[in-house]
Amino acid sequence: MSTSERPSRGQFPMSTSEGPGRDDRARILRNALAVGAATGAYGISFGAVGVAGGLSVLQTCALSVLLFSGGSQFALVGVLGAGGSALAAVAAALLLGVRNALYGLRLAPLLRLRWPSRLVGAQLTIDESTAMAMGQDSPALARLAFWSTGLSVFVLWNLATLLGALGAHAFGDPRALGLDAAIPAAFVALLWPRLTHRGPWLVALGAGLLALALTPVAPPGVPVLVAALVAVPAGLRARREATP
Amino acid sequence: MSSTTVWAAVLLASLGSYLTKLAGQSVPQGLLSRGWVARVAGLVPVALLSALVVVQTFAGAGAHLVLDARSGGLAAGVAALLLRAPFIVVVAVAAATAALLRASGLAA
Repeated sequence: MSTSERPSRGQFPMSTSEGPGRDDRARILRNALAVGAATGAYGISFGAVGVAGGLSVLQTCALSVLLFSGGSQFALVGVLGAGGSALAAVAAALLLGVRNALYGLRLAPLLRLRWPSRLVGAQLTIDESTAMAMGQDSPALARLAFWSTGLSVFVLWNLATLLGALGAHAFGDPRALGLDAAIPAAFVALLWPRLTHRGPWLVALGAGLLALALTPVAPPGVPVLVAALVAVPAGLRARREATP
Repeated sequence: MSSTTVWAAVLLASLGSYLTKLAGQSVPQGLLSRGWVARVAGLVPVALLSALVVVQTFAGAGAHLVLDARSGGLAAGVAALLLRAPFIVVVAVAAATAALLRASGLAA
């Protein structure tokens, strides 16, 4: 990843022929560790919630290694734990993971991953690594931020999941610990930063009410999937309003 | 639900998630320039998370809607969010509140 081999491409005035400074690199690595530690704290709750949702410790840990996308993991465990079918749980997890494809689209021209490393980079394409990479001044720093954040989060997220899962497993009754209330709290905390203006608020309200209305009449897991479709007309409508 | 079924869900979701991530790094850039694709994809998590909050809080056994310790836990979690608490604190406050409500016999 030597920047001296790669001439500055003009659109990044900050990157000189000498490449990014030592300070920039140290700052990025420090931030990567900090983001990994913060995400790790969240991983402990996923580990505990996974076991509370009826998964084994091994299944919970397998999700963190193989699926590696927090929201999708919580969704899968939440739907399974509520008695939903395996297919409904998988569908909810995949719908929440669609945003990772959009992250990849934005990152691809910045990272320019070749094939073998693209296979690894794909797995590390998550909220945190994308946000950190998009915030840099040059492609070289973006690559450093992507890899260091992705790897830091991967390692700490998996360690934390194992700790949380073992802790919940040792304690026994998840309801006495209030872990079933931890699941909706985790979802609301994931939702919170997305409620930036009126549009998302209306979508959240509409989807919430629809899910509430469908819960007594539809099989478990189905209300969540139907409610997710509220996003489609809302997204299309936003375009009509934007183009006069 | 049998352990085999859970494993099938875990592996299927993992494979699908990986292919989703890989597709993003690999498909032509033109797709993103269609604004509605990005807008719908941006709103799907909002709708899905909101629905998950509702179902995980109010769905009881046999698909009945119930008001139990989870609602109290969620309310405490939202209060923590309003006070700008970090993720782990929000989750811990919600769990602790629900646990206290149950231990004190105030809610099921």
